[in-house]
Amino acid sequence: MAIKKFAVACYDDEEVLFPALKTVRHSGYKLHDIYTPFAVHGLDEAMGLKGTDLHIAGFIFGLCGTSTALGFISWILTSDWPLNFGGKPHFSLPAWIPITFELTVLFSAVGMVLTWCYLNQVMPGVKKHVFHPRQSDDYFVMAVELNDQTSEQEVVDFLKTTGAKETSVQIAEDSWWYGRFDKEEAYQKL
Amino acid sequence: MNDRFEIPASLKRTSMALILIGIITLVAGAITLLGSADIHDKTRFWVILLQNSVYFLLITVVSIFIQAAAALAQGSWIVAYRRVPEAIGANVWVFSLIAVVVMFLIVFTFNINGHNPVYPWVNPAGDKILEGKSSFLNPKMFVGFTLVTVILWSFFGRKFRSLSLAQENAPKNSTKIYWQFFRLAGVFLLVYALTQMSTTPWFWTMSTQPHWYSTMFSWYTFASAFVSGMSVILLWVVYLKNQGNLELVTKEHMHDLGKFMFAFSIFWTYLWFDQYMLIWYSNQPEETVYFKLRQQGSYSVLFYANIVINFVMPILILMTRPSKRNYFTVTFMAMIIIFGHWVDFYQAIIPGPLGSHWHLGWYEMGTFALFVGILIFTVSRTLASASLVPKNNILLKESIVHLS
Repeated sequence: MAIKKFAVACYDDEEVLFPALKTVRHSGYKLHDIYTPFAVHGLDEAMGLKGTDLHIAGFIFGLCGTSTALGFISWILTSDWPLNFGGKPHFSLPAWIPITFELTVLFSAVGMVLTWCYLNQVMPGVKKHVFHPRQSDDYFVMAVELNDQTSEQEVVDFLKTTGAKETSVQIAEDSWWYGRFDKEEAYQKL
Repeated sequence: MNDRFEIPASLKRTSMALILIGIITLVAGAITLLGSADIHDKTRFWVILLQNSVYFLLITVVSIFIQAAAALAQGSWIVAYRRVPEAIGANVWVFSLIAVVVMFLIVFTFNINGHNPVYPWVNPAGDKILEGKSSFLNPKMFVGFTLVTVILWSFFGRKFRSLSLAQENAPKNSTKIYWQFFRLAGVFLLVYALTQMSTTPWFWTMSTQPHWYSTMFSWYTFASAFVSGMSVILLWVVYLKNQGNLELVTKEHMHDLGKFMFAFSIFWTYLWFDQYMLIWYSNQPEETVYFKLRQQGSYSVLFYANIVINFVMPILILMTRPSKRNYFTVTFMAMIIIFGHWVDFYQAIIPGPLGSHWHLGWYEMGTFALFVGILIFTVSRTLASASLVPKNNILLKESIVHLS
């Protein structure tokens, strides 16, 4: 979490966005993120994003579910409160497989949803800076990160040449926050 | 584009060598096993032939089923390599013929002192349970159902192939054949549901232990056949790609086939476990006899190996996306699955007739080689007889840009 300075370019067409994105990445500027009103196919590859590791988390959550179910059921039915079901042995694995399967699915599903929310910073109540209000309507908004060495004007001029309809320089929190945002002072310092 | 497949000399040699090994095995088997005084040796000769012919017939019919299923779903993912299932499906008649000959020989000629060790229901006299079942389990019904089944399968296999080839010469963008195929696919699925998914496994495999029955058995056999049938298709696709054919098939298509192998291995396990758990739970002697023989006797090795090969290995190895897109892992797993389900059929069919007198030896391997050889020989000839790219197919373009 940090407060940073961004150059923001808004495009009104994805056919302009893709070449612009290529130019920006090629020129060596640090891309922060792109906000689009809908899912654009191929944008993640064009941005150079890596494939997600969410499924590995899912596998681990699933293993947790399997071991929770097997551990808990076998503890109850063999030592804590053994019951006789139709003369079956107390440790009767086949009867537990369905429950084990359900808990595996439950743990991995719920765990993956929560992990996904964490990775995408979309939990109820979590807030993020909005670079342009039209990013959820008809604008494709690209945010480029600036630092001490980059000249604002140079970047903005460069973004305009890539076909941006609107450009601006904004100081903003780059990550998410929870509840009221009171970092005005930090903004003033920059 | 390289759309014609010319059978390489090496493939021809391999298939010929396998068939030769198989024929030598059969002749040697006929002399040593069939000529032996031991009943179990005679039974072994027939029952291994039965297992292999039924297994290979069922996994080739899967190629017809997957074409029909894809056609009804209007799926384009299969179109890029649909010549492969077509070619396998068009050769179903070969395996049908072999299976029919083997089964009819067993039913009508195999008789030891008025008793048929492979199909005990042929002579039900004196056995109350079999007498009760004899209105269904009798040679006439067996012959009738078997003939209707294999004739329908062979017909649809060849019909699908010829329709698809006719599309190449049809007027551009004509959908006439497409809808004809669509309607026939619906009919075939009905036929398949009434044969492979119900009656044929009852007659062909479950009746080797006619006292025992399970309502899950046909589904279980179907799952077994389906996953190995998809593996056979995958092996052909990989082979053709290695030969420089099937340029339109990409990793996306391989990923689809890998998903089928993965998902239906789980499906097979689901049915296997359903059957096992219900019988284990209700614990009725007439049902548990099936698993008592397999789990507690000398078959326990196969019983557990079956689960490891067909469930643990696919789920662990094929789980990740990169492994389904890697040619080595999918090819390796396809071979493992084909062998694993061959073992599955073995432990389903053999214990009834042979009891504890089983061996996995030269005869089993030689017979397996014979059928693999026939599969390679016939399918490669059919593949070479037409273009490998289904030109003019209205879904071809969609299939090329397909993303898994």
